[in-house]
Amino acid sequence: MRELKILAIVIFFTAVVYWGVEPFAHSQMHPHVAPADFAFKDLGVNAKKGDAAKGAETFLNAGCIGCHGVSSQGMAAPMDNASASASFGVVPPDLSTAGAIYDKNFLAALIKDPTKALKVEHKFNESRPHPMIAFFGLGGDLDQEVADIVAYLQSIAPVTPLDDKQVYADACQRCHDIKYDKVMSTTDKTALMAYMGTLPPDLSMMIRSKGAEYLTTFINNPQKQLAGTSMPRVGLNEKAQNQVVAYMEKVGDRKKAEREDLGYKLIGYMVLFTLLAYAWKVKIWREVH
Amino acid sequence: MAEIRKATGFIDWLDQRLAVNKFIKVMMTEYWIPKNINFLWAMGVVLMVLFMILIVSGIFLLMYYKPDINLAFDSVNYTIMQEVEYGWLWRHIHGVSASVIFLVIYIHMFTGIYYGSYKKGREIIWLTGMALFGMFSAEAFSGYMLPWGQMSYWAAQVITNLFGGIPFIGEALVVWIRGDFLVADATLTRFFMLHVLLLPLVILLLIAVHFYSLRVPHVNNQESEEFDFEDEAKKYLEGKKVESKVVPFWPVFLSKDFFVVGVALTIFFYLVCFHYDFAMDPINFEPANNMKTPAHIYPEWYFLWSYEVLRGFFFDIAGVAAMDIGLAAFGFANVIFMLLPFLDRNTDHVAPAHKRPLFFVWFWLLLIDMIVLTVYGKLPPTGNNAWVGFGATITFLVLFILLPIITKMEANCKCNTGGCK
Repeated sequence: MRELKILAIVIFFTAVVYWGVEPFAHSQMHPHVAPADFAFKDLGVNAKKGDAAKGAETFLNAGCIGCHGVSSQGMAAPMDNASASASFGVVPPDLSTAGAIYDKNFLAALIKDPTKALKVEHKFNESRPHPMIAFFGLGGDLDQEVADIVAYLQSIAPVTPLDDKQVYADACQRCHDIKYDKVMSTTDKTALMAYMGTLPPDLSMMIRSKGAEYLTTFINNPQKQLAGTSMPRVGLNEKAQNQVVAYMEKVGDRKKAEREDLGYKLIGYMVLFTLLAYAWKVKIWREVH
Repeated sequence: MAEIRKATGFIDWLDQRLAVNKFIKVMMTEYWIPKNINFLWAMGVVLMVLFMILIVSGIFLLMYYKPDINLAFDSVNYTIMQEVEYGWLWRHIHGVSASVIFLVIYIHMFTGIYYGSYKKGREIIWLTGMALFGMFSAEAFSGYMLPWGQMSYWAAQVITNLFGGIPFIGEALVVWIRGDFLVADATLTRFFMLHVLLLPLVILLLIAVHFYSLRVPHVNNQESEEFDFEDEAKKYLEGKKVESKVVPFWPVFLSKDFFVVGVALTIFFYLVCFHYDFAMDPINFEPANNMKTPAHIYPEWYFLWSYEVLRGFFFDIAGVAAMDIGLAAFGFANVIFMLLPFLDRNTDHVAPAHKRPLFFVWFWLLLIDMIVLTVYGKLPPTGNNAWVGFGATITFLVLFILLPIITKMEANCKCNTGGCK
């Protein structure tokens, strides 16, 4: 009985220390932020219904392919990666999958005002323009034209689901390495450094240094977690973003399944050991009590 | 030379050459332990098991780790964690037991304080134990640096920088410890050597002395009762096992230890596989970057209390810089436990804290104060946090200044054999 009382005291103080050092300190150091917003409400809503066929025309007339490739439609990128890095600071994305991985609302806002949608107004202004030029329209109803382009991008997006690594490649690989999966950024490092102001970190271990919860709010809106960061808001829809996080976990925490599986066996073994040890102890101590 | 006759068996053959039977008697079957002790006394064996686990897992990690600032991070996080079969297991075992071992050390230490096991004849046990604590701290810190993560790097900057506060030789000492003007490759390689060779050797030696120092004064017990071990042992050997106050280390005492170790390792493997994150600061999964300071720099949980004493004085007092007062307080905190047997002025009287009213209050205040220091050591030192840290630091210092006074009062009180009612 006395030993149980002592045990309770030991457990109590250990628990207090644990609570203070882990959850409590974390809550003080990393204040809670609002959950990820996949509707991108701050960008307003483009209520126009897009026409994909018209959008294809507008897309060509607007000069999008001056910078962007759409490889699935036979439109190669106008420049190789090295020249694109030198000209824009970062390789412009191929738009083949854009309609599938980015939110529709976000895409519309991005076409009209890239710095606002990407939340990089703190870095780009009149004197340092963002490499993607805002689309001012072809003379008709701007919102309608934008809606058409988005409808076009959605219409050409692959119907079969993309795998996690593919989503990562289309959404993140222009800037970030994942060297533990031998995936390197497509943009030239020197150009990227000059463009971003700092070299975007390798993401191999990011799942363990930041954790899935933080990454979910961070990718969705980097400024919310790290004010002033050069990382733009990516605008991924919920499914695509989950795929990116899943891919990061696959690379950074590859042994998770093995760890959990072995965990049950190790604990099971020790429980058996403990029970046997207890039985032995009772047997031996019977003689001396 | 003893006469060697034809052996009757392998054990006899060994016995004639190594006296194994005698050795087993002295070390195990006739090494007497008081019967009246609780599971807290099993912490020593738990520590020994954890230390063995650390050595074995460390040897496996050593096979793949690269002590080079350009390779260290990836050798741990990629080679060991991803490429090597079960490398993750060894790494988690190593990391988690390094953290858990400190919890058990603290329990072990506070058990010693509570039951007065540092007093009267047991001073050397206490001193070697505290020396072990110091060596384990150095061992933990040097190991923490090796993966060359963000927090390892910055912790190394901060900790090595502390030596700069020592008068006259400070700056030169910092350079000498780092092996460079900054924490760099030279620092990593020497800390690697300390971690895998020199410190473990010293620890092994100290463990041997710590065990040996138990032999003469014997282990204390729950009531701090003094009795004649030889008489009690004689009773036991005569078969009066129930009457005797002692039991042999093997198999009686160890059978209980095995059970406690079993419970401890069950929890341990749960932590290793499902809750390792408490022992691995997420910031250390970012490679060291000397251009980017982490938002908060803090040590692992087991150093937080002394870290908080270090930064508890956040304002200058009477023209002395806050940094210097903090450093002095930090030095005080790190040696004062060592002096406990000499600060306790009630030298003759060994009794558990619940039979020493003033000491009882002192003990729980100390424990609570150290937990407050630990928690606030992790929190950002701003606003109210800074003041709580300051208050807890002052309390810590005052408690140790008061200890000789209250124990002297206790000794002078003649109402019973030491210790007032």
